[in-house]
Amino acid sequence: MLLLCLDSSAAASVAVVDTTEQQPQILARWETQDTRSHAEVLTPAVEQVMAEAWVTAQELNGVLVGTGPGPFTGLRAGLATARTLGFAWGLPVHGMCSLDAVANDVAALPDSERPTEFVVATDARRREVYSAVYRTERDGGEAIHAVLVSGPSVGPAAELPDLPAYGRGAGLYAQDLPQAVLMPVPGAVQENAPTEWQPNAASLGLAAAGVVNSGGELSTKTSPLYLRESDAKVPGPRKKATA
Amino acid sequence: MTQMKPQIPDVTNPLVLGIETSCDETGVGIVRGRTLLANTVSSSMDEHVRFGGVIPEIASRAHLEAFVPTLQQALETAGVTLEEVDAIAVTAGPGLAGALMVGVSAAKALALATGKPLYAINHLVAHVSVGLLERDGSDVAAELITDDGDLVPGLGAVLVSGGHTEILRVGDLADDVQLLGATIDDAAGEAYDKVARLLELSYPGGPAIDHAARGGDPAAFKFPRGLSNAKYMGTVESPGKHRYDFSFSGLKTAVARVVEAYEAAGETVPVAEIAASFQESVVDVITRKAVLAATENNITTLLLGGGVAANSRLRELLAERCAAHGIRLVVPPLSLCTDNGAMVAALGARLVSRGVGASSLEFTADPGLPVTAVSVP
Ligand SMILES: [Zn+2]
Repeated sequence: MLLLCLDSSAAASVAVVDTTEQQPQILARWETQDTRSHAEVLTPAVEQVMAEAWVTAQELNGVLVGTGPGPFTGLRAGLATARTLGFAWGLPVHGMCSLDAVANDVAALPDSERPTEFVVATDARRREVYSAVYRTERDGGEAIHAVLVSGPSVGPAAELPDLPAYGRGAGLYAQDLPQAVLMPVPGAVQENAPTEWQPNAASLGLAAAGVVNSGGELSTKTSPLYLRESDAKVPGPRKKATA
Repeated sequence: MTQMKPQIPDVTNPLVLGIETSCDETGVGIVRGRTLLANTVSSSMDEHVRFGGVIPEIASRAHLEAFVPTLQQALETAGVTLEEVDAIAVTAGPGLAGALMVGVSAAKALALATGKPLYAINHLVAHVSVGLLERDGSDVAAELITDDGDLVPGLGAVLVSGGHTEILRVGDLADDVQLLGATIDDAAGEAYDKVARLLELSYPGGPAIDHAARGGDPAAFKFPRGLSNAKYMGTVESPGKHRYDFSFSGLKTAVARVVEAYEAAGETVPVAEIAASFQESVVDVITRKAVLAATENNITTLLLGGGVAANSRLRELLAERCAAHGIRLVVPPLSLCTDNGAMVAALGARLVSRGVGASSLEFTADPGLPVTAVSVP
């Protein structure tokens, strides 16, 4: 099936992914590292990526969106875009934890480099990371999947389990993570250091292909994984104007 | 088909869908030309009550959840499909950044998915545009359009809400709007909310104070009229820097001092007297400056907009002072004064009729969008 994929949990990205069982593939992809312009760039990127993939809305089978965790405003831009496209096109909208995209890239590492259990961490600002623990698992055939063990959650990197750590969050707090994977891995989907990896729409689409092709179903829940309450405080006793 | 260029809409009676998410109301409105077909609003007001004011992050979260259901309901109410819509309009600013971002993201997606042109428009000018609308064959407010389709000459507006307080001169809704005055600190509605908290009244403060003020003596306390002394006002020939501007932060502090003085003396706070006196100060300065700005800028028709238009004393005093100066006062129904999508659609339809070009899908929401930017390219 053909999925239009969006993720705006960290950087913004869009991809069209064909989940076909024989050979899931990315038909077109677009990414920006700018984390402050999601509302401006996402829809133009959808237009561009669909044109590059030679795919029309009628040919799509669904929209897939990363539900975070991620900084709130950017995350909402992706969710509002995906939900509205799905509504207007009459397509199902599927949600998936954005950290699954990075976990999928880890599962796709060459055999010798692939951990059995690992943690994915992204930047949650305020000296904390969003994280989840996964293990790699071979399905009936040859495919290797990342399966969620625990999370997602938010907290200081120093409190993460001592496991190989991947993702931008692991890079930011490498001093607290003895097993942060700092060196680029030959043969990896992403060429840069694993401690730089960010969730992206193309990897999210491949993770979805893994779910579908191993007999699972994609979730239709697209609630954002905020993991934090809004900062608002119920006002306490008022301060004196005449103090 | 995503590659298809948007068609030029029917310019005489375009069917326009408007989206509003600049504060705590998620609004979707649909108009055909000047005819109002739907005005669906979902408010997150109840979620802000315990905070005593709008919390931007809570409002933004609510917009995301409310958007698609509100859109769906508006289409049902209007009895139209997305394919039939000629253009989409969305508030690009001014407003809360995170809240605007939700509506803008959704509007762009909707424009792409339907292949319709998108108009990124100014929230304040949209408040005025609501005055153009007709419902069941008659104007919702009063004639603002002449027989040949032009705006009546000498139009102005005073907008009073929890998010803004402005006086505008409107030459043409499409390209000639001027900001004559605005608050330099709190919006009037915000001052109501803060004083309501001081007086231990409920949220939102507007209706709570309006209610508490009944039976209170508005002259019981002499509260300050912000930016009203000669230094700020100047003269007609040599106007001061803030002749038509407002300030409500000093007023709030003055009320706090009075409340604290009663408490320190162990006496009961005279809530009705304070509420009435506070309200009189706000309403006096707004109406005085609005009428002054009108008379000095050839404004002969004044439209009142914004949620605080619900305030009974504001309407009463403004009507009185407009009448005294020969100014026609126009007050749209309250459901169209508070933030809503119909006003956005109304302005969108006006821009389409005037042949104004659509916005690009790359435009940026602007929390501080000036009124001179009626739409964003
Ligand atoms: Zn407003």
